[in-house]
Amino acid sequence: MSPPPSDSTPHISNGSDAPDTSPAGSFEAELAKAGANVRSRRGMAVFLARRYPLGGVGLAIVLLFIFVAVFAPYITSHDPLSTNPAISLGAPSAASPMGTDFMGRDLFSRVVYGARTSLAVAFGATLLGVLFGVLIGLASGYLGGWVDLTTQRFIDMLQALPTLILAMAMAAALGPSLVNTIIAIAIPKLPSIARVIRANTLSLREMPFVEAARAMGMSEMRIALRHILPNTLAPLIVLATAGLGTAILVEASLSFLGLGVPEPHPSWGRMLSESAAEYVRTAPWLVIFPGLAITLAVFGTNLLGDALRDLLDPRQRTSN
Amino acid sequence: MPDGVLENPAATVGVPVLEVRDLKKHFPVRKGLLRSVTGHVYAVDGVSFSIARGQTLGLVGESGCGKSTVARAVIRLIEPTSGEVRILGRDILSLNKEEMRASRRQAQIIFQDPFSSLNPRMSAGEIVGEPLLVHHTGSNKERQEKVAALFDRVGLRASQMNSLPHQFSGGQRQRIGIARALALDPQLIIGDEPVSALDVSIQAQVINLLMDLQAEKNLSYLFIAHDLAVVEHISHRVAVMYLGRIVEHAEKRALFANPQHPYTEALLSAVPVPNPRLKRQKRLVQGDVPSPINPPPGCHFHTRCPYATEQCKRDVPPLVEVAADHWAACHLRKPLPASVLSDAGD
Repeated sequence: MSPPPSDSTPHISNGSDAPDTSPAGSFEAELAKAGANVRSRRGMAVFLARRYPLGGVGLAIVLLFIFVAVFAPYITSHDPLSTNPAISLGAPSAASPMGTDFMGRDLFSRVVYGARTSLAVAFGATLLGVLFGVLIGLASGYLGGWVDLTTQRFIDMLQALPTLILAMAMAAALGPSLVNTIIAIAIPKLPSIARVIRANTLSLREMPFVEAARAMGMSEMRIALRHILPNTLAPLIVLATAGLGTAILVEASLSFLGLGVPEPHPSWGRMLSESAAEYVRTAPWLVIFPGLAITLAVFGTNLLGDALRDLLDPRQRTSN
Repeated sequence: MPDGVLENPAATVGVPVLEVRDLKKHFPVRKGLLRSVTGHVYAVDGVSFSIARGQTLGLVGESGCGKSTVARAVIRLIEPTSGEVRILGRDILSLNKEEMRASRRQAQIIFQDPFSSLNPRMSAGEIVGEPLLVHHTGSNKERQEKVAALFDRVGLRASQMNSLPHQFSGGQRQRIGIARALALDPQLIIGDEPVSALDVSIQAQVINLLMDLQAEKNLSYLFIAHDLAVVEHISHRVAVMYLGRIVEHAEKRALFANPQHPYTEALLSAVPVPNPRLKRQKRLVQGDVPSPINPPPGCHFHTRCPYATEQCKRDVPPLVEVAADHWAACHLRKPLPASVLSDAGD
């Protein structure tokens, strides 16, 4: 017990009254804790670039791919779909820097346009997975009871199968199309997102600020959307970014297996499957360049994801 | 500040702001695969009290005695198992969801932890203005003005409205929590250890703010604390809880000067005296609070009471008036004779 407040001589407050630095999950607070100048955008950017150089590289790679995908027609000089048997299996040259495939299509154009497919699938599947994962996780954690029980068993079911197997089953059932590929890749993403959101919701709904919202008469729906959801944002961003690389890889795998994005969309995975067996000795560029594109895209998103996790998830942070 | 008037808790002039009768909250304990109920935690086990307008009831007790459960049960943040809670005479336990939501503006709560009680993603102004938004009070501009006025009243600058909670100190955060509680102009404010997490110097400031607000707006407080000095400073009446029951209830000075229950006596003897030369009294109570899952029969306190008799192990002592307006639940205290009681009531 502390002495009566009336008797206490005023003194300069000790640490416990200094501005706090550790509310759970606050973006700005976490940044401030790590020493960033939260008030200025530039100060923050400089801080982030210094602290997470690899994350910066990852971000640069991801931005590069987005740039390439958006401005594909301006970057390439050939139509990725036009065939020309005369230059079939041409080696890299000034005219086609990555060579041509067995139908004489310019490989550089195809790799560049392939970025559109890969990014569309990766971002589409992530968005879809996040949307439904959040919905399931929030409902499951906030409502509890039988809603929680049934959704969690459903999630268990999805989680019992490995990502690729589940995506393959989905893709095979839905049939090959761009949208179906997105759906097929989004579904295996549901369990991890729903689980994380559920766990966060479970701890957040017991927080005094949620009790305060209830005490002022706020409806449960509004509490979930205004007080719980925004506080799950940090882990969500981490999960979504980390999942981008997997999505690109799964798309490539599905396309490699003939279950992914159908012709005529150029897909890195299908480029590999078309050429790997027959031409890997005679025209290795057909394997090297699409493979390099996949590797680089996955590498970039993973670097970015790791940096975001370090930044936003204090449990993973080793030093300050 | 008006001092406590000696009066029977049940016979206050006018309608009490908060009236609680035989409040119980038993949490089921579930075990095993089928989650079958194997027992109950008797967190609150028949608590009654009332608070008059402009008065403060201090509710004290060790941690785990059920004080915070009482705080939450009287505003239905936790659904009580049984009992009666009346706010301004209205039985709130019988209200449906919509009616309850509307009547929540009469009673607000201030929490212990100034960190977790504010949403880290909302600005201070949004936090304080949220109750107004929920109850559709005024226009956007009027709400802004009201929030600015509240900031000013609790000692914050209106220019801080756009700052996030982590940019404030603990004491300032608690002021934000108080402003939020005041936004709906409630009659009753429940403080669940509102100053326990603060520095002593900051505690004094926050308590003074609460007392000023009470004098100004004629607020009633249910003030929950484990710090007796703080309770003595702010309360008009004090109730002492032990394992889910009130064991003593009296006007503040009577309780502190002349405790009637051995547990209160023990609590008071444990208060540190700011005089190093004063010899410390022998500690009256040893050991820990027994588990509320299997509370001891009879008087819950008999396992630690130095005066316990056979009767204490067997019978639950009722809360009786042992002196004028001084209630205790102890077999060793005899109730006042009826004649004295009627005299005191005049």
